[in-house]
Amino acid sequence: MKNDRIENLSRRGFLKQGLTLGAGLTLGLHLPVAAKGLQAGPGIAGGDERAAGTFEPNAFVRIGTDDSVTVIVKHLEMGQGTYTGLPTLVAEELDARWDQIRAEGAPADARRYNNLFWGQTQGTGGSTAIANSWEQLRQAGAVAREMLVEAAARRWQVEASRIQVRAGVLSHPGGKRATFGELAEAAAALPVPEEVLLKDPTEFRLIGNPNLRRKDSAGKLDGSALFTQDVKLPGMLTAVVAHAPRFGAKLKSFDKSPAQAIPGVKQVVQIPTGVAVLAEDFWSAKLGRDALAPSVRWDETEAFKLGSDEILTRYRALAAQPGTPARKAGDPEQASAAADKMIEAEFVVPFLAHAAMEPLNCVIAPAGEGVRVLNGEQFQTADQAAVAGVLGLKPEQVNIDMLFAGGSFGRRANPKSDYVVEAAEIFKAAGGKLPVKLQWTREDDTRGGWYRPLYLHRLRAGLDQQGDPLFWEHRIVGQSIISGTAFEQALIADGVDHTSVEGASNLPYRIPNLRVDLHSPKLGIPVLWWRSVGSTHTAFAVECMIDALAVAAGRDPVDYRLGLLAGQPRQQGVLKLAAAKAGWGENPGPGRGRGVAVHKSSNSYVAQVVDVTVRGDAFSVDRVVIAVDCGIAVNPEVIKAQMEGGMGFGLSAALGDALTLKEGYVEQSNFHDYQVLRSNRMPQVEVHIMPSTERPTGVGEPATPVIAPALANALAAATGRRLYRLPLKLA
Amino acid sequence: MIKLTVNGQAHQLDLDPNTPLLWVIRDHVGLTGTKYGCGMAQCGACTLYLNGAPVRSCSTPLAAAAGGRITTIEGLDNAAGKAVRKAWAELDVVQCGFCQSGQIMSAAALLTQNPSPTDADIEVAMAGNICRCATYARIRTAIKQAAAGLA
Ligand code: FES
Ligand code: FES
Repeated sequence: MKNDRIENLSRRGFLKQGLTLGAGLTLGLHLPVAAKGLQAGPGIAGGDERAAGTFEPNAFVRIGTDDSVTVIVKHLEMGQGTYTGLPTLVAEELDARWDQIRAEGAPADARRYNNLFWGQTQGTGGSTAIANSWEQLRQAGAVAREMLVEAAARRWQVEASRIQVRAGVLSHPGGKRATFGELAEAAAALPVPEEVLLKDPTEFRLIGNPNLRRKDSAGKLDGSALFTQDVKLPGMLTAVVAHAPRFGAKLKSFDKSPAQAIPGVKQVVQIPTGVAVLAEDFWSAKLGRDALAPSVRWDETEAFKLGSDEILTRYRALAAQPGTPARKAGDPEQASAAADKMIEAEFVVPFLAHAAMEPLNCVIAPAGEGVRVLNGEQFQTADQAAVAGVLGLKPEQVNIDMLFAGGSFGRRANPKSDYVVEAAEIFKAAGGKLPVKLQWTREDDTRGGWYRPLYLHRLRAGLDQQGDPLFWEHRIVGQSIISGTAFEQALIADGVDHTSVEGASNLPYRIPNLRVDLHSPKLGIPVLWWRSVGSTHTAFAVECMIDALAVAAGRDPVDYRLGLLAGQPRQQGVLKLAAAKAGWGENPGPGRGRGVAVHKSSNSYVAQVVDVTVRGDAFSVDRVVIAVDCGIAVNPEVIKAQMEGGMGFGLSAALGDALTLKEGYVEQSNFHDYQVLRSNRMPQVEVHIMPSTERPTGVGEPATPVIAPALANALAAATGRRLYRLPLKLA
Repeated sequence: MIKLTVNGQAHQLDLDPNTPLLWVIRDHVGLTGTKYGCGMAQCGACTLYLNGAPVRSCSTPLAAAAGGRITTIEGLDNAAGKAVRKAWAELDVVQCGFCQSGQIMSAAALLTQNPSPTDADIEVAMAGNICRCATYARIRTAIKQAAAGLA
């Protein structure tokens, strides 16, 4: 493999030492709990001082004379396991010991740390962290290994080919042995090899190993892990904002004095999104904001004033008209005349907030000529440009420390950088001299927009006399997430936003006459991707419909799907695996129901079989059996955790989450009325991973969209009633 | 001046007695392991011990803790706490981790009171702690493993 992306930073650094290293980027940052957090914590790569003799063969690996191997992780750790998965790739090719590996967040620098699937853009999303790094990080590890071997060969005066590397130790049959740390300094002086050989998968020791524990555990068990909420800098002010009561309302006037009367409040400033109250601590800022709020007058002429029901009525009218075609095969109209049986259904899913555990926040501090952003940073390139735009800086003058994020589910990667821009506006309005932490309350977070859009689907399908689907017409109505963003060119083609139809336009079932089309109405509600994006609604509609067709045809839902999935071995594979492990075909017993769904997203395949017990209008989800094919399983335990958690996140929306509007006001505000999944409704979960030799694909998202249809199908099996609306309610 | 003992250390705080204990601990005492998630006793992220009993610090005014003994995640070092952390690490419970200080405080409080909890006991003790990463299944297993370790 040609080594074209990697340069020897330590050599460069060695030559220029004293000029660049340590000087420009270490800016007296004071992080109270950073010392421990650094073990697997915030991004300080490229900033801190290197110990003499450190070997840094490329942008991703640093080997110290203390025998530590630090892997620079370019993707945000928000729970999905990047600080474990990406180091595994490096450690494998390096033949390192797992316990000598540390993870450290990368700085914002798209030249070195871009997402290889996104061109010159640095960011985390689409479940691409492992997939885009698969060659890059193994190569980074292999280069380091080869240089260590070469250093040993020179020191011992032996043939490099006879040197073995195993668990962090180099050895030669003649009896010589050395650790990485002992060779680090010598390796740092060597040229970087042009080409390196990667291992054959049969030689993997760490990839696929279930015994590698997570690298981010320790700090998350004793409270030392550093989240944006925890950042405290000298002189820092905390800002809480009075936001508009409805989307699109404009600030008219406000009175500073009630806020200024609150002890601890330092400044009250106007920003484009409202009025920010800055204080020495959060609680004073919050009291100040609450005191200020009644005095704020808003011009609501342009504000969005519809309710969810009215939006739905409009969408229903649109669904009666043909939309922009996303896929067409055969002639569904003509075929519909020949159908033996027809089924028609309308599916509705509500707006959803991401509601990550850590309410949104962002810190901006002055740093030399530029600024330093401290954030659970998911979209470096967009946020750098946006902050630079607000502050009149160049993007490269915006340094970013990527801290741990307390969840995100898509919310911290906004092409419009909403809350990061708000932090920059406050920083600027407050004078730009003091560090500022913007902290949204839970209520701000729930009501702040950027939701999974409300969608309405209309599906019509017909069966021939054998019960096989003859035609399928699928119409989707809902806001485009991509329209108006920098992603338009990549993701909107022929008027169709790919993220609105993914999972529907690529329907895997073999149906001769097919039409999928789309309406993308504009609405004044800001929307955003939410864990598994389009699949959150398309999988629900498609998998409920196919199940209804199977039952109408008098066929077993698993067999029916398998027959229509001819030529789709990976879909079939997970479906068969989940069915076998769940005991599909056995009678689940009285009052109980079993349902199934299968779906591909983020290039991975997931099938789920769900058992429910129904008691009157109430039901419990007893067990979920999950099968996943995500290519080579890099970290089986992380994959299992993502399947469990991803399913749980989808289950939350299937059972309870719903964000509704009334006259433009968001009706929910906090966890008492935005009801997310709690422990008592979490079912027993089993995860089975398909063995595979394909390259690895996503695991953070693909379990999420499968649970709602599988559960609806299980409820239909138990009660005979089909539910086509989320969240699912029998009453 | 209100006196508190936090993780064995005495503190004197000149603050409005209505200030929620959560913000006293985070912004004034300077311990940030205890998290803000909702501010209205809905999520459990802010759970700490006041005189040995778990409370939601976001909804506990400083005045109610005056003269009290507080234990936060940073100071949790009893046998139950150790067993819980060990099980959490072995089972890789954490994902984003933001809820986990609260989960661990609730789980350790349960095991201190009841070293061999039933499924129903666990359900009651943990119902107030939200995890948006849905680590619930692993938490249940980990609590049982920790209980076995304590036995
Ligand atoms: S922050 Fe106290 S219960 Fe949520
Ligand atoms: S681990 Fe993320 S909220 Fe619980």
